[in-house]
Amino acid sequence: MQTANTYHDKVVRQFTVMTIVWGIVGMLVGVILAAQLAFPALNFDIPWLTYSRLRPLHTSAVIFAFGGCGLFATSYYVVQRTCHVPLIMPRLASFTFWGWQLVVVAVAITYPLGITQGKEYAEPEWPIDILITLVWVAYAVVFFGTIMKRRVKHIYVANWFFGAYILTVAVLHIVNNLVIPVGLWKSYPVYSGAVDAMVQWWYGHNAVGFFLTAGFLGMMYYFVPKQAERPIYSYRLSVVHFWSLIAIYMWAGPHHLHYQAIPDWVQSLGMVFSLILLAPSWGGMINGIMTLSGAWEKLRTDPVIRFMIVSLSFYGMSTFEGPMMSIKTVNSLSHFTDWTIGHVHSGALGWVALITMACVYHLYPRLLGLQEMYSKRLIEWHFWISTLGIVLYIAAMWIAGVTQGLMWRAVNDDGTLTYTFIESLKVTYPFYYVRLLGGLLFLAGILIMAWNMYKTWRHSQGSVEVPVLEPQAA
Amino acid sequence: MTLGWQLYVFIIVIGSFITHFLFLRWTSRYKTDDKPGTGNTTGHRWDGDLEEYNNPLPRWWLNLFQLTVVFGIGYLVLYPGSGIYDGVLDWSQEQQYAEQVAAAEAGYSEIFAAYAAQDLTALQQDDKAMTAGLNLFGNNCAQCHGSDARGAFGFPNLTDDDWLWGDASEQISATIRNGRNGIMPAWGVALGGEAGVTNVAHYVRSLSGLEHDSELANAGQAQYGLFCVACHGAGGEGNTLLGAPNLSDDIWLYSSNLDTIQAIIDQGRNNQMPAFGDSLSEDKIKVLTAYVKQLGQ
Repeated sequence: MQTANTYHDKVVRQFTVMTIVWGIVGMLVGVILAAQLAFPALNFDIPWLTYSRLRPLHTSAVIFAFGGCGLFATSYYVVQRTCHVPLIMPRLASFTFWGWQLVVVAVAITYPLGITQGKEYAEPEWPIDILITLVWVAYAVVFFGTIMKRRVKHIYVANWFFGAYILTVAVLHIVNNLVIPVGLWKSYPVYSGAVDAMVQWWYGHNAVGFFLTAGFLGMMYYFVPKQAERPIYSYRLSVVHFWSLIAIYMWAGPHHLHYQAIPDWVQSLGMVFSLILLAPSWGGMINGIMTLSGAWEKLRTDPVIRFMIVSLSFYGMSTFEGPMMSIKTVNSLSHFTDWTIGHVHSGALGWVALITMACVYHLYPRLLGLQEMYSKRLIEWHFWISTLGIVLYIAAMWIAGVTQGLMWRAVNDDGTLTYTFIESLKVTYPFYYVRLLGGLLFLAGILIMAWNMYKTWRHSQGSVEVPVLEPQAA
Repeated sequence: MTLGWQLYVFIIVIGSFITHFLFLRWTSRYKTDDKPGTGNTTGHRWDGDLEEYNNPLPRWWLNLFQLTVVFGIGYLVLYPGSGIYDGVLDWSQEQQYAEQVAAAEAGYSEIFAAYAAQDLTALQQDDKAMTAGLNLFGNNCAQCHGSDARGAFGFPNLTDDDWLWGDASEQISATIRNGRNGIMPAWGVALGGEAGVTNVAHYVRSLSGLEHDSELANAGQAQYGLFCVACHGAGGEGNTLLGAPNLSDDIWLYSSNLDTIQAIIDQGRNNQMPAFGDSLSEDKIKVLTAYVKQLGQ
């Protein structure tokens, strides 16, 4: 039984399991989409299975269902342990779980039916948006309420990042979804034209910045030192990169709209601040990798540490690539090509998914009163299969993207374009096959993980209540 | 932008830069003698064993940070972005576009002028001109008419000898330059609903010798004579002045099946060929006309 002296881990367990369930669903839809691009007949001429409807389902399922459940699980797990108090209002926390699952299911039903706001990563229609808002406010109440009741003076760095992510996502979600409903499943944004585009990409890029970066840095700041059994490398670095990261990310959105119908000065600011974002982003990578640096010998024995170091490396790589792609000259080549897809997936698979998996490998056995997962060998297999999958995926998309960009701009001696669009598509096909293979490998990885988790559960005594640890001085 | 908004942007931009500069200076002053990863922790401890060292900021990282800030300031001096100032270079994307278009015109217009000086038959014998025509076709026409120019459902096949708007070179170039709008009105109500539509559809199929119910077709003939004949002609031969298709041949823009014909008679069709006069020069339109015309020969 749950008591006042144990952590409220039920909601953590629920979110952890759903992280993996939605991860499998979202990645499976991704693999189906990759297959449709390689073999277009695979939509079977069924409207609900067309690329246009499944694509937002894939992105929402992996970002908000898989990533979102992972963030809920880890933030609830971390905030209790670093504040030395159980979650406040466990029933409200339970509401966030069931509410969020309802959101995901509603999304999974409405998108294939073609019900959409048409805003990337913000496709749910207004009734679902309202439910998201309610869940999110409840989440903020539980999270910040727990922090306010903490029994240690200092707030641990992981909680800064979780806090920034919760607050900012609330603002982003509400502002970008201000619409006028014209029916239960149809609405129009209050913004029009270029303003709508700028609001959308202010939202879109900060969803990357705060949902997929700050939130997962929160995970990193707790689970990396825990797994490595080492102190965080630099408190000072975490202060500097935290504040600069959240201050600068806000500006970066317009790099999604380079050379389009928005003012020149907005594009310039978007590009300049995207470039300045490089160092603040890397601050998190440095703190993570340097924390691990005293524990290199564990790389040989602990596959979870390996997940962490590789995810931090992919984080560093994508946060270098992003600022480079925001430079107008580079962007004029990369925009609209598969390079962008490669960039997104080196972040999504390499950073977000791998760090989430590492965290689940750390916390899942502990929720069951065990020290580690059922099989270390299966974690090793998962690691190698996923890493290979990511490398195949992003290498294929890089080559495809740069090839497309170069073909689209190639000009003959008489000024006519050398290639038609269809020719660039033909060249892309082999890379679509490789990408499909990479995606399949990554999906196989999470299936191995699910199996390992099932076996771990079978070998445990079931869930345990973990007593709240007394705070102690260093 | 009004001056107020300009100042608003300016203050936020400059304020951001100054804040970051001061922030970096303040945090980088801190020094320690400890070797990285060995010093004392901050003295805070969470969850049993979570602690933090307080190592100084890596020097190379700080330099990188400051370098990007300096680049940012430099960029905003040269390019628009600071709100009140459009930059030393006075750059705008409209101007960049105009310059690139002008450069392309200067470099390439002579080539097409030389092509266009030839008559159409000579142009069709000129391999280079026809390659240019193929390239123009691939990037302007193939999206609808197909890379093999054989069209698609609702998009005319350009490789046959059937021309909705006529096969004279003036007619083809007018189609490319100004576009075309082919309107088939909806006749469902005028024909008295489903029965009337079905009758006319059977009559239409009879015009090209397709399988039909002759009783229904006979019933439809009178109504054809009333409503359809004005555009499609008494024998269904069509009219290139109106873009009305020939109904007596075996070429069908949509489909010859009964359901499709009935739906078109009932609800009408509105077909649009976009105008390319704004994006293609007259010389290029002439090359494209020569290319398209020989496709159907």
